[in-house]
Amino acid sequence: MTLLEVQDLHVTYPGGAAAVRGVDLTLAAGQKLGIAGESGCGKSTLALALLRLLPAGTRIDGSVLLDGEDVLTMRWGRVRAVRWAGASIVFQGAMHSLNAVHRIGDQIAEPILLHGGTTAAAARRRTGELLEHVGLPAARARAYPHELSGGQRQRVTIAMALACDPLLVVADEPTTALDVMIQAQILRLIEGLVAEQDLGLIMISHDLAVLADTCDRLAVMYAGRVVEEGPAREVHENARHPYAEALSSAFPRIGDPSSRFAPRGLAGDPPDPSDLPSGCAFHPRCEVALAECASEDQVLREAEPERRAACVHVTDMRSHT
Amino acid sequence: MTTAAALTWQRRRESAARFWKQYRRHRAGLLGLAALALFVVIALTAPLTVGSDVASVTEAPGRPMESPSAEFPLGTDRFGRDLLGLLVWGSRVSLLVGLLAAVLSVLIGGLVGITAGHFRGPYATVVMRVTDWFLVMPTLVLAIALATVMSRSLGTIVLAIGVTIWPTTARLVRAQTLAVESRPYIERAKALGGGHWHIMSRHVLPNVMPLILAQTTLMISTSILSEATLAFLGLGDPTVVSWGGMLQEAREAGAVSSGDWWYLVPPGIAIAVVALAFTLCGRAVESVLNPRLGVGR
Repeated sequence: MTLLEVQDLHVTYPGGAAAVRGVDLTLAAGQKLGIAGESGCGKSTLALALLRLLPAGTRIDGSVLLDGEDVLTMRWGRVRAVRWAGASIVFQGAMHSLNAVHRIGDQIAEPILLHGGTTAAAARRRTGELLEHVGLPAARARAYPHELSGGQRQRVTIAMALACDPLLVVADEPTTALDVMIQAQILRLIEGLVAEQDLGLIMISHDLAVLADTCDRLAVMYAGRVVEEGPAREVHENARHPYAEALSSAFPRIGDPSSRFAPRGLAGDPPDPSDLPSGCAFHPRCEVALAECASEDQVLREAEPERRAACVHVTDMRSHT
Repeated sequence: MTTAAALTWQRRRESAARFWKQYRRHRAGLLGLAALALFVVIALTAPLTVGSDVASVTEAPGRPMESPSAEFPLGTDRFGRDLLGLLVWGSRVSLLVGLLAAVLSVLIGGLVGITAGHFRGPYATVVMRVTDWFLVMPTLVLAIALATVMSRSLGTIVLAIGVTIWPTTARLVRAQTLAVESRPYIERAKALGGGHWHIMSRHVLPNVMPLILAQTTLMISTSILSEATLAFLGLGDPTVVSWGGMLQEAREAGAVSSGDWWYLVPPGIAIAVVALAFTLCGRAVESVLNPRLGVGR
């Protein structure tokens, strides 16, 4: 069953910056989709657009079908009802997404009470369950955010995301600013919860290795577009788009000595979203760019079954058959 | 459930104890608090010690304009009333008006500040221009105008002071609201479906509360001074005794030129001491709640 279907999504900020330029995504219940890309490529904007959380004055075109309903054309009251109950977000930086003056238990109960249907006592019981679920003792509900460690706080935000039994959870860099051990714990926790409750998960990160490890499918974004999409492991190990390849080879592979002697990075900076290069947005940084890349826009094409990439070097499978 | 409530109370007691421990380190704050306690006790026990008869002109116990003596420690006024008794009785009005006007002004200022910080755009622009207008208007002139056009009563005075001194609070609260609203937990609150009211009451208000509390104590002294000023200018309620009103009567009775110092000095000192006491308390509260201020201990 298709849980989320994003069609031709465009987001333009009031300053004229085109942060997302025509993104199509689909996600089924129980599926885990990773979105990768460097800072400023539009990953977080995409996540916020799913729940219409962008600042006023931002232009959003296209459609976001969440469980068959278009979020972008919903009435305002319905949007508020869908927020958290339909789709919830694990924000980056758990440190700051918790309010320092409220106990964590009250903050987890906040969406439960806000969306109604229960008493304060029931909400408190549910909060205890949620905390135990993410591996914290229920008694910690009485703690204030500053009394918890970074990893515990991230667990709290995950418990909070699950509070209203959402269909979809969007995790925006859930493991940034955590050390590697805690990072692994948190990733296992999210994986376990998604499998157990049959949720859809969108995980956003710049760390391709983490996404390849956790997700089923992977979409690599560049300058507001998906430039490559496919099964996570294949995209990570055998990228077809030069940008995706540069991103995945930026992480040294353990057990592969040759990667140590061939340091590969990507020169240059991501393009300014209000002043994008002509043609393929990646061509000024691309090592294999052809003359036509500067003038012709490259769209996603089918490279192999289940795999798409937007590069001139990828020949469309369908056009040859 | 009962244990949870008990725990909550225990927590509150602990935080109150912590607050008191830090407050105690401010010597000026303690002094102010002691002075305040004294005045509050005097004002609350006034019906027992002097009674409302003290203000009666027809049953005045002494002769007019007596200088201090054993019977009348602060002398008598132009009707022969006991000035010490009037001073004690007048503290009730001064403190009451000061408190009510300060609370009113902080309510208006807090409401305007939080909404202006929360709703950006045209609403905030209009509201803040109105605030600026009130800010540049001479407060006293505005209060005089209001007190003149409305009927003479204590309520009028409270209203006139309250609606003229709120702009500073509004500006302060708005600035703090803007700072709080840029925090990520506000974005989270929006993402979990919270409306404007939810965000303002659950997330912004608790974070600006310390500022509002400190501002209230400071506003009380401003209000007491304004009340005395208005009463001195003859705009107070003539049927009640207040310190400002006593000063006005002294001026009308010619106490300044005839050298009847006992008529003028005590109410003046009382006004100054109460205003000072509230300011000292306000500064101490402010520095306890906001350690970054580094106000001298």
